[in-house]
Order: sequence, then structure tokens, then C-alpha cells
Amino acid sequence: MRTLTMRKLLPLTVLAAAAVLTACERPQMEVEQLGYRGVGMEQVTNPRLAGARRDANVAPEPLPPVTPGGPRAGDLYENVEVLGDLTIVEFNRLMTALTEWVSPDEGCNYCHVPGNFASEDIYTKVVSRRMLEMTKTINDQWHSHVGDTGVTCYTCHQGKPVPEYVWFEERGGARQAGGMAASRRGQNLASPVAGYSSLPSDPFSAFLLGDAEIRVIPTTALPEGTNPANIMDAEWTYGLMMHFSTSLGVNCTHCHNSRSFFEWDGSPPQRTNAWHAIRMARELNQDYLVPLESVYPDTQLGPHGDAPKLNCQTCHQGVNLPLYGVSMLQDYPELNAVSRNGSARSTAASQADMAPAVSAVPDEGDVEEEAEPENGDEI
Amino acid sequence: MAEYQNIFTQVQVRTVPDAGVPLPAGSWPRAGQPVLQYWLGKIGNAQVGPIYLGFTGVAALLCGTIAFLIIGLNFWAQVNWDPIQFVRQLFWLGLEPPAPEYGLSIPPLAQGGWWLMAGFFLTTSVLLWWVRMYRRARALGMGTHVAWAFAAAIWLYLVLGFIRPLLMGSWSEAVPFGIFPHLDWTAAFSIKYGNLFYNPFHMLSIAFLYGATLLFAMHGATILAVGRYGGERELEQITDRGTASERAALFWRWTMGFNATMESIHRWGWWFAVLCPLTGGIGILLTGTVVDNWYLWGVQHGIAPAYPDVYPAMPDPAATQGVAP
Repeated sequence: MRTLTMRKLLPLTVLAAAAVLTACERPQMEVEQLGYRGVGMEQVTNPRLAGARRDANVAPEPLPPVTPGGPRAGDLYENVEVLGDLTIVEFNRLMTALTEWVSPDEGCNYCHVPGNFASEDIYTKVVSRRMLEMTKTINDQWHSHVGDTGVTCYTCHQGKPVPEYVWFEERGGARQAGGMAASRRGQNLASPVAGYSSLPSDPFSAFLLGDAEIRVIPTTALPEGTNPANIMDAEWTYGLMMHFSTSLGVNCTHCHNSRSFFEWDGSPPQRTNAWHAIRMARELNQDYLVPLESVYPDTQLGPHGDAPKLNCQTCHQGVNLPLYGVSMLQDYPELNAVSRNGSARSTAASQADMAPAVSAVPDEGDVEEEAEPENGDEI
Repeated sequence: MAEYQNIFTQVQVRTVPDAGVPLPAGSWPRAGQPVLQYWLGKIGNAQVGPIYLGFTGVAALLCGTIAFLIIGLNFWAQVNWDPIQFVRQLFWLGLEPPAPEYGLSIPPLAQGGWWLMAGFFLTTSVLLWWVRMYRRARALGMGTHVAWAFAAAIWLYLVLGFIRPLLMGSWSEAVPFGIFPHLDWTAAFSIKYGNLFYNPFHMLSIAFLYGATLLFAMHGATILAVGRYGGERELEQITDRGTASERAALFWRWTMGFNATMESIHRWGWWFAVLCPLTGGIGILLTGTVVDNWYLWGVQHGIAPAYPDVYPAMPDPAATQGVAP
């Protein structure tokens, strides 16, 4: 009698357990200490997923450098608006690289009319010109976020004409019944953006395009009526933070003090970097990506007719340092010569000292060493 | 009686189902033909039914069903009545309370009105069920300990969904209905108020939660362990020597010096279980109303120690750059 019972129960139990556990990643996880011992400042990663992620984020071999000198591209070619300062060889090297980075399958004709490279009859040429300017802006004016590593087209595109991770406005998300039915309020559907939680799934419109208040935690111990935020606001911020975490493949403690998320004291320096990143994403979306809306054909626009926009994942693609920190920009000085009016290269790096160089901050491995004081037993 | 030392009950009483003692005058009839169910006999008494619902039971089920349907139909409407999406998204779907701008007023149905209505019916249902538990205990000549333990849970439920929102002046502070939505709310609540782990009443609640499970494990294990001496009969043995009861008591006296009695162990368990939601409810009630940031409160009161600096000082860039955060 008992064996019969167990024979029935065991498969059922195994089946139920398997169903529940399919969404889980199996142990062991690797845990890396990021801060002072015993306070949960640690990064948890799945070593079995690390290989695939590393393979998916490899910087291509740089093209051989070209010898300086020669005629300006702006003097020789027609309709060269932002790359006119490059020499012909530099210009051609950059065009070759661009094709490899953005449209390796489609080739030159993805942006150019065959036989008439000066033509702007293809929208992608107008877009790519603006993207070159955007790249310059990032490298010049957002040193506070990208440091000396900088970005190139490849950081986001990685061989795809449209970067794999872009976002469109959701405006409430998937269709729901109208009338009296309760509104979902932009949340409560499984969303990869929010790490498959039920948190708001389009925090981008509010925080990375608009400048809605991200800070929700009171800065005084007792209520003083100075913090208008409520729990619903906290859920929106939380949704954005889930996006950060997913995009960079990091835990909360990559940026935050484990004891109090609002407190800057004792927070890892990466939080400052991320603070600048939020402002950078806002500016790039507002100044570069949204204004291109009229340039795109309808097929490239979102469900609400808006242009594709960027968020953290667009560059980071699941990695804390895009392309694992390889600086492709060092191999392509041509990207620093982009200029709207064909003026000299002198503006490059003029604003690089605007903000503290966050790249000097210890990252991952370095932190661990510094995190251990000499007398580790004493508090 | 070795059968009692198994995770399943090995002995089942199979007889003509017992309908129970006659009901006092004015009672509603008991409902349902009693049946013997083999699998339920594995984990308890094999006899199922009859059940006494009475007016409060019927009313509670009715109100509970209304709340369940309001929540469920709104879930379904939120995936545009798609049955497949309803199943796939079931754990994610939620019924949100009114937005902050509505304060404590009654909003349109789509903007939180359904939440208010579901909350009203669910609360009515729970309270009616409490009355029923109280009255059934009285009808059997029992004490009302079960009803008061249930009341402790209802206290926490009312604090979360009713009393605290009233004090905060906004329904938006209340918990949404839904599996993941209410969990996300819980995490957001803790973060919003500066980390609930620094709330002493939250600490107490956790201590009583874990304490109650520990006590239950200790007591359950003790009784099963003396099952071979009829330990499940507990109280009737306490005056005799060498009984299961005395062995159980001696076991704990010898292992930790002190032992509860067969009677007091149940008070231990009851109070630990009841104090978990009681203290938890106090902790929730103080959050946002009396204390706004538990971490800072903990720093002020010396429960959040300072740790050595391991990172370079990086002040708030919003403060140093003089721009809006």
C-alpha cells in the first residue's frame, strides 16, 4: 500500500518541482565581494552564462591605421557635411569601418545611392550623419560617463543596422479592454524591461526622455512634508532600476549601498557614473533621436509613430562595461574629427575635464582589494 | 502505534460518517452529505462534511465571491479578454488602488473604483468569516483563541489596506491585488521608506515569525517522537510517570534546562504566531505616518552602525553640480 502511494506521489512531486523550477537558474552562482565584509555588497553572476555573454560582446579587430596627410575629404567629395575635416584616406577608412559595424550584409548601399554617393535620397544617410555627431557629443561632452573609453558606432550597432536594444513609447502597453475595466497603469504584465517583474514596463518615457523625479526616498528620518513621492512613484523608479540591473548584468549593489539605496555615503562610485548616464541618455534622446522622427520611414517607427530611442541596454547589452571595456575609439581617431561646420578638430576633448574622470574609479576587481582593510577583524 | 511516527497518518477510521451533535434551536442546517475520502485521511480525518455555514458563512462566501470576481474579471479585461494571455499573465496581473491625486475620494471605476469595491467586499467577507469562527467556537463551548488569532491577521490586513491609507490620506498607499503586484509593492514600500529592516517592529515581527515556526517544529517533533507512547494524547497523561508527556518534558529539560509544559507550549506557540502580525501591523502603521526613513531613524538611534569607507568619497552629483536631481 505504501509503495503504491509513493510510486504515484513521487513522479507528481518531481513534475511539480520541475514546472516551478524551469524559470530558475541552477546553482552554483559566483559571488564576488564588492565592499566591506558582511554587508551584502556583492555581485552574483551565473558562470555558465558568462561565456556566451563574453562571446556576444567582442570588439572587432581594428582596421590598419592610415598615414596622415593628403587632401581633405570635404574638398574632394560632394556633400560631406560632418566628416569634411578628414583626409581622403581617413575618410575611406572610417567609411569601411562604418560599413563593417553597421551594415556588414547590406554594404555601402544601405546608406548610399549606388553611383551617387552624395545623394541623400536614402534616409539612412541622414540618420547616420546625425549619429556621427551624436557619437562625437558622447565622447566630447559625456566624459563623466564614458570616460576615456568612449564609444563608436559599434558600441551600439554591433553589426546590426538598427541596434538590437532600442525602445519605443508604450503608452499603456498591450491592448486592454476599455470602458470601465480597471487600468493597468503601464504595469502588471510580464516585462523583460522590468526584469520580468510586474513593475512599470516603460520607465524610459518618464525618466530617459522626460525628466520625471527619480528620487523617491525621504531624506529625513521623520515625515516633514518635504517628500511628495508615494509608493506608486517608487514602483516607477524601481522599474527603471530593474532596467539598469538587466542592461548591465549587475545587482543593485553595483551602484547602491546595501543598507540604504538613497544614501550617497558609502555607495560605490559607479553610482555617480550612472547619475551622469541618466542625464546623457535624456539629452541624446531629446537632441538626437527624437528629432529624427520625421526622417524615418514608417517601418522604422514605433507603434505610436515615435522614433527609436536609446537606453542603457543600447550600449551596455548586458555587460557592465560595453564590449568589456575595450576602447575602440582609441583605434578610430577619425570619429573625433566629426564637426558640423567643417571646423577644425580643436573642439575635441575641450570639455573632457568638465566632470570627474570616473574611469579612474576602481572597477570590479580593483574594488575587492581595496575593500579589505588591513585589520579585517576590527570594525 | 509506530504509524504515528510517519509523515503521513497511517491509521484511518472507516465507519459510518458522523453527522455531529444536534444543533441548538434557531440554527441553520448543516450542509453537505458527509463522505469518507482516502487521501484526506492521509493528512487528517477522512470524513469530509457536513459543514455549518449559517448566515455569516453564506454572507462571507457571497462577499468573497464578489471580490474574487471583481479582481478576476478586471485581470481578464486587462489582457483584452484573451484566455491564453489571462493564464500566462495571471501571476503578473494586478488591480491597482486609486492614483494619489484621488486622495481618499471615490475615483471612477477604471481608476481605482474597482479596487475600492473589491476591497470593501473582501474586507466584509473576512470580517463575517471572523464572526462565524467566533460563534462556532462558542457553539461548541470552546474558548475563542482561534478567532482572536485570526483577528491578529485581520489587523495586519486592515492596517495595510485601510487604516494606514486613511492616516496617510490616500488610497494610493494601499496594496494592489495580484500575485507579483503585491510582492513588488512590498519591495517598493520597503525601499520608499528607507529600508524596512531598520524598523524595530518589523524586526519583532520577523523574530515572532521565525520563532513561531521554530516552536511549531520543536513541538511537532516532540509529539511525533513520543508517538510510540501515545504522545498525541498530550494532556491526559500529564499527571502520570513514565508517560509520553513526561518523556517529552524531560527531553527538553535535559537538553536545554527548561521545558514548557504540555499546556504552556501551546500558549508559547499561540503568542508567537499572534504577535507576528500584531507587531508587523504596528510597524507598517508607523511607516510614513510617524517615521519616514527607517534607515535614518536607525542611524539616529544607534541601530545602524557605521562601516569603514571602502570607496572614494563620491558626493551626490545633484548637490555638487547645483542642478535638479
